[in-house]
Amino acid sequence: MTTSTNTAAAPDAGSAAGNDPLLEISDLEITFGTTNGEVRAVRGASLSVYPGETVAIVGESGSGKSTTAMSIARLLPKNGSITGGSIRFGGRDITAVPTREILALRGSEIGLVPQDPMSNLNPMWKVGAQITEALAANGVARGAKARARSVELLEEAGLPDAARRANQYPHEFSGGMKQRALIAMGLAARPKLLIADEPTSALDVTVQQQILDHLDTLTEELGVAVLLITHDLGLAAERAQHLVVMYKGQIVESGPAIELLQNPQHPYTKRLIAAAPSLASRRLVSGSGTPAAEETDGASAVQRPTYSAPKLSGPKVPSLTVSTPTGPTPTDPSTQAEHAGPQFGYGEVSSDAVIQVQDLTKEFPIRGNVPWRTTPFTAVDKVSFEIARGTTTAIVGESGSGKSTVAQMVLKLLEPTSGRVLFEGKDVTTYKGKELKSLRRRVQPIFQNPYGTLDPMYSIYNTIEEPLRLHGIGDAKSREAKVRDLLDKVALPAEMMRRYPNELSGGQRQRIAIARALALDPEVVICDEAVSALDVLVQSQVLELLNDLQSELGLSYLFITHDLAVVRQIADRTLVMEKGKVVEQGTTDEVFHAPQQDYTKRLLAAIPGGSIPLAGSETIDVDAPDAAVEDEQVDGSPQDDGVIDPFSEAGHV
Amino acid sequence: MRSEPVTRSVRPAATHFVAPLDETPLQAVDAVDTTSAPRSMWAEAGRNLVRNPVFLISAALIVVILFVAAFPGLLTGQDPNYGDISKANQPPSSEHPFGTTRQGYDVLARVLYGTRTSVMVGFFTMILATLIGGVLGALAGYVGGVFDAILSRVTDIFFAIPLILGAIVIANRVESMNVPMVILVLGVFGWTNVARIMRGSVISVKNQDFVTASTALGANSVTNLVKHVVPNAIAPVIVTATVNLGVYIVAEATLSFLGVGLPASSVSWGGDISDARPALRTQPMMLFYPSMALAITVLSFIMLGDAVRDALDPKARKR
Repeated sequence: MTTSTNTAAAPDAGSAAGNDPLLEISDLEITFGTTNGEVRAVRGASLSVYPGETVAIVGESGSGKSTTAMSIARLLPKNGSITGGSIRFGGRDITAVPTREILALRGSEIGLVPQDPMSNLNPMWKVGAQITEALAANGVARGAKARARSVELLEEAGLPDAARRANQYPHEFSGGMKQRALIAMGLAARPKLLIADEPTSALDVTVQQQILDHLDTLTEELGVAVLLITHDLGLAAERAQHLVVMYKGQIVESGPAIELLQNPQHPYTKRLIAAAPSLASRRLVSGSGTPAAEETDGASAVQRPTYSAPKLSGPKVPSLTVSTPTGPTPTDPSTQAEHAGPQFGYGEVSSDAVIQVQDLTKEFPIRGNVPWRTTPFTAVDKVSFEIARGTTTAIVGESGSGKSTVAQMVLKLLEPTSGRVLFEGKDVTTYKGKELKSLRRRVQPIFQNPYGTLDPMYSIYNTIEEPLRLHGIGDAKSREAKVRDLLDKVALPAEMMRRYPNELSGGQRQRIAIARALALDPEVVICDEAVSALDVLVQSQVLELLNDLQSELGLSYLFITHDLAVVRQIADRTLVMEKGKVVEQGTTDEVFHAPQQDYTKRLLAAIPGGSIPLAGSETIDVDAPDAAVEDEQVDGSPQDDGVIDPFSEAGHV
Repeated sequence: MRSEPVTRSVRPAATHFVAPLDETPLQAVDAVDTTSAPRSMWAEAGRNLVRNPVFLISAALIVVILFVAAFPGLLTGQDPNYGDISKANQPPSSEHPFGTTRQGYDVLARVLYGTRTSVMVGFFTMILATLIGGVLGALAGYVGGVFDAILSRVTDIFFAIPLILGAIVIANRVESMNVPMVILVLGVFGWTNVARIMRGSVISVKNQDFVTASTALGANSVTNLVKHVVPNAIAPVIVTATVNLGVYIVAEATLSFLGVGLPASSVSWGGDISDARPALRTQPMMLFYPSMALAITVLSFIMLGDAVRDALDPKARKR
């Protein structure tokens, strides 16, 4: 390689002027041949990675970011080929070298950490054996030496008790442990470049943070250059020195991470930064009046602005909250008191609770050691909360915390083992037949996966009309009018209704799912990870749509999510669940700015990019004037928010 | 692991690249293509089918076969049931293009009229078997639990009996065999693979989100099964049924060949193959024509099944 400097050497542009990039891609063109003709997946992409540097490619799904990275190790699908440009690695053009030479590069010079840790380890092989195989394949070590080395590598990847772990099978590992093992494999032969393709998007935020911290330390120590592929701008900015933004196969902007974030030039980058949930820091505020303010009396209406009050650029730093001059802050003794008593979150509002959940418990039988004998596993343990009419309650937690099980029980898709769900004060736990059907009319779900939630055989019209038909509402003509109206509500053209789900993008599908959920004019909508599968821009669109619909129709939401950044944008109250129990609940601001539990603090700290100051961006610019607006509202004019909030204008273009 | 020397260098200058804004107009996040015609999954499959040469060839053959089965008399003036012993064992001539059999029957006429029997048996057996297997498989998969366990074991029992063996046993007990009887016998033993495929397909579909979504919208389980699960689970069954059609035609021919199928009075390829067997060395062409007709028909349906599978399964779709 070129110049060898020390790890500790400060990045200094001047001293390293003579350096050659480790990887240099110029004018890369990648084309996929499909039955519908050629698709140009990557168009004229140029980027370079210098030794020891972390470069992140950011973009939404289908932007060509993975395709670009995979072409380096020539791991494109069979129908994809490089049709132009060049890839230079270590000063050598590897665009057209024989496959044999690429094979020699893979592993030993270019390591790979794949996206999905669940499917990238062979379930039939012990983890240690798979690393040993990687070592042997790259000619690093063989036999007993390789086995010893694989244990060392696992240890280095941060697995405790590595010797025992090496003898286990992948199913005995958690997702995070599997990803650690895969990182160990990727780094086994000490490559010069590590390609990490969405290495943590399948993992919980806290695990993600651990894994990325670890990857940072390792690559720093070894001086490995990392090409990080991610859809999360916050994460990219936090981990990489250099950012490359891709959109529709083209690189639209690239530059030093902080500069790009603070001074984006390209409109797409600007939109991306504006939409990134991890960088936004406040509750969405809708243009029209909030029903909560109209329906309930002054007390809660006055409190409502607090949800969006502390719009700090660095939400991770709770101490800043104290200094915020706005309205009643979470440190107010009064709010603190409410915080302690979750049952009575808002004195006034609780009388208008549309859904009350009391001591809800669900046990699943788990097959034990003895045949025909099962042991109960408590997935949800005595969960109680209320959803006030016209507000949003969010349940956050990592996978396995039982949050989705709660949603399913509230939706009556699962029978609770004990406890009650009250809808408008009536116990619906035992509802069957007609009663259940009429309840279904008033409580509607939106599910996570926009690809799975619509019947592929049903046209959009049939999909949205289905609930109307099921409940025998109206005739064909009035139903069609209703479908048009609903499509209009979710900002889709009426011509859409003759189309099929497979013709729609993820965001469009999710909007169809929302339209279907709204068809019966429900009072409560339960969103189970409703935006988790969407790209950030689409996600922010859908969140804004949900928020607008809430203020327009007075909907109450129960929002189930693992993404705290989303919670901050949509929720009025937040419940934090861990291992089936509610460990903390309170208003969203209380939970975010004065978390009481260590678990909540850990979750908050793990939001990627939360600590990055967006100096120079609109968020900071509008900070001061907006605070004034908030104060006015607190002072007693809660009804006049027919004026479009300048804050929502600025933050969400 | 700090032993190795670390190579680290730094980008020469902080480069901030911005793509020219007018390079490609940036579209909205999700622009709707309003110009193209709406496409359901089946329309998409149809579009793929018409581009597939395997489908085009097999479909053309099947059209010819169906035409022959419907109007065998249009292609030959000879009566397949009229044997002139004085004209036995004749080589091909203008009057008898494929020659005549030992009994003086016209071979071409027998091959053409035999198509009707084969296609009828194949088609109706397929309908019957798909109905039995489809209903049982869908119920087993959708209801699950003990019901599934019982139905699946019943399926296994029938699966363990070879189609031909079971049919021979039943056919031997039946006094007068005719086409409906053959269909019934083959249908009773031929539904098991349809049932298994339907069950698996239903199980995978019933756990999908849109079925849960429909439940939450207020649909009951019967509505769900009929309106959402079965339409989405039917594709692999259609493929199996198409391939099975060829299998049933062969089975009918086998039964007739073995002499337990249709009586000698009805024209069928299996019976003709059986009749031609003794003279295999002297008159191989007597065996060749009905065998070829059988082979082409079966092959056409199996090829059609393959093409339909390719069209319906995006993973198996060739570029």
